[in-house]
Amino acid sequence: MAARETTWTIILFLLPTLVFLSIFVIWPIVSSFRLSFFEWDGINPVKDPVGLDNWSRLIHDGIFWKAFRNNLTVVTLSLAVQMPIGMGLAILLEQGEKLFIFKIFKTVYFFPMLMSSVAIGILFKYVYDPIFGIINPALEAVGLEAWTRSWLGDTGVALYAVIAVICWQYIPFYMILFLAALRGIPEDLRDAALMDGATEPRYYRSIALPLVQGTLRTAMILSLIGSLKYFDLIWVMTEGGPSNASELMATYMYKKAFPSFEMGYGSAVASAMFIIVMVIALVMQSLTSRFETEV
Amino acid sequence: MRARKFANNTVLILIGLVWLVIAGAPFYFMAMTGFKERFELFSGDVFAFPQNPTFTNYNEVLTGGTFFNYVKNSVLIVAVAVVLILIFSSMAAYVFARMKFKLNRPLFTLIIAGLVIPVHITLIPVYLFTRDIGLYDSLWGLLGPYVAFNLPLSIFILTEFMRGIPREMEEAAYIDGCGPVRSFVRIMLPLSMPGLATLAIYNSVVLWNEFVFAFVLITSPSNQPLPLAIWEYQGQYSMNIPAIMSVLTLSALPLILIYMAGQEKVLRGMMAGALK
Repeated sequence: MAARETTWTIILFLLPTLVFLSIFVIWPIVSSFRLSFFEWDGINPVKDPVGLDNWSRLIHDGIFWKAFRNNLTVVTLSLAVQMPIGMGLAILLEQGEKLFIFKIFKTVYFFPMLMSSVAIGILFKYVYDPIFGIINPALEAVGLEAWTRSWLGDTGVALYAVIAVICWQYIPFYMILFLAALRGIPEDLRDAALMDGATEPRYYRSIALPLVQGTLRTAMILSLIGSLKYFDLIWVMTEGGPSNASELMATYMYKKAFPSFEMGYGSAVASAMFIIVMVIALVMQSLTSRFETEV
Repeated sequence: MRARKFANNTVLILIGLVWLVIAGAPFYFMAMTGFKERFELFSGDVFAFPQNPTFTNYNEVLTGGTFFNYVKNSVLIVAVAVVLILIFSSMAAYVFARMKFKLNRPLFTLIIAGLVIPVHITLIPVYLFTRDIGLYDSLWGLLGPYVAFNLPLSIFILTEFMRGIPREMEEAAYIDGCGPVRSFVRIMLPLSMPGLATLAIYNSVVLWNEFVFAFVLITSPSNQPLPLAIWEYQGQYSMNIPAIMSVLTLSALPLILIYMAGQEKVLRGMMAGALK
């Protein structure tokens, strides 16, 4: 009797989750792969089966690979900028904890995390604007007129200008995550280290950082996977332009599928993106779990 | 010793101020510009305080009649989605945390794998599906993807949370004749409140700012949630930057106010998103 009730509970309690995930995640993945073998505008009831055409087009599509390389640039720079600054700020906040003004600092530092990417994108479009913006006047004010430019209109810097905004948006998140990890270290350890004559920097280097390694690893995986999926901010700021200079896999996929009505090719791009993200996630997974068993 | 401490604090505050400017300047620019007159931007210094602070822009946005409709749409869809996410994820988490059955581990792993799936692979099929069932361009068309994409993380966090709840109370309840459903409702749910609160906040922040699905699934202005509406405002006010800045300020304000009121809860919510 009890066993049967348990079985029914398991089924009924998992049902809503499985239904939602099947309809909106699992089935769409299968369906995307299936659509990638057709040529279709999404409107005409007839879909043309074209075999591997979309996939061979993808392999030879320079823009897709450019978008992929841009994604890798985003990953690399995000990691290189967000992790150290996030940790630096976390240490700063921990050090300044007793000073009242740091309450204000901590509050404001977190603001970027609360704004939507769309709003941030629009805001920074104007911040970067060569005429109304604040970057160019700021550079002029400190005598760097030579550096002023149309930040989002310059193929050489557009991607980096957007990455700077991505970092601005996400650093607070890592800062808070690291701060929580640092605070999780028992006070005794710090006291003991300081008693033994260690300086504060030495405490962070030799004791705190090794202890928050797990959090650091989580943060890196989050940043990596997140960087491969960026869409909103880039779309709002540059739409991937100028001339694909800041194109990412997600923006390219959107452009192909929706404004140009190439549902088949768009699906191929989406599927390729899925494969790439999954492979990287699996590699990371096995690397970190191997790492964990070694430590 | 005291002198060194004073010097240290000064350095800390100076570094702190530098980042205050980096994190805060864009917000200052945004809020200030909203108070400027339309053509003031062309003449004055961008950092300058508005010459004649004007409420015209904020006023125009607030009384234009549409802004509150967008807020209403956002509140509605976020509230319904978050309630469903909490109900479904707590049910699933209870099963994963407490029930022994063969598929427990594999199903849990499968669901958690959903965390890394890029939404973009689902975009085309979800768009076609939404169109086929007649929910295209309706606020409710967003509900499915919103719930589905936020379930994995919520289930993961709640499962961890429920595993941490001692079993004794349920065992006592079981002896008293409580079945699994009753012990879920009477014992597990009340004890999971802190976890549920955190997840409610986290999911609300994420969904309040969601853009991609809204962008693909909704066209009519009257059905748009706030982030999509901001995007449309930008087109509408493209030549009136102070007006856009006031829209941005107003759209960011609710979350900033909530954050200032319940900082610790919001932070815990955001961190919950980062797993362990």
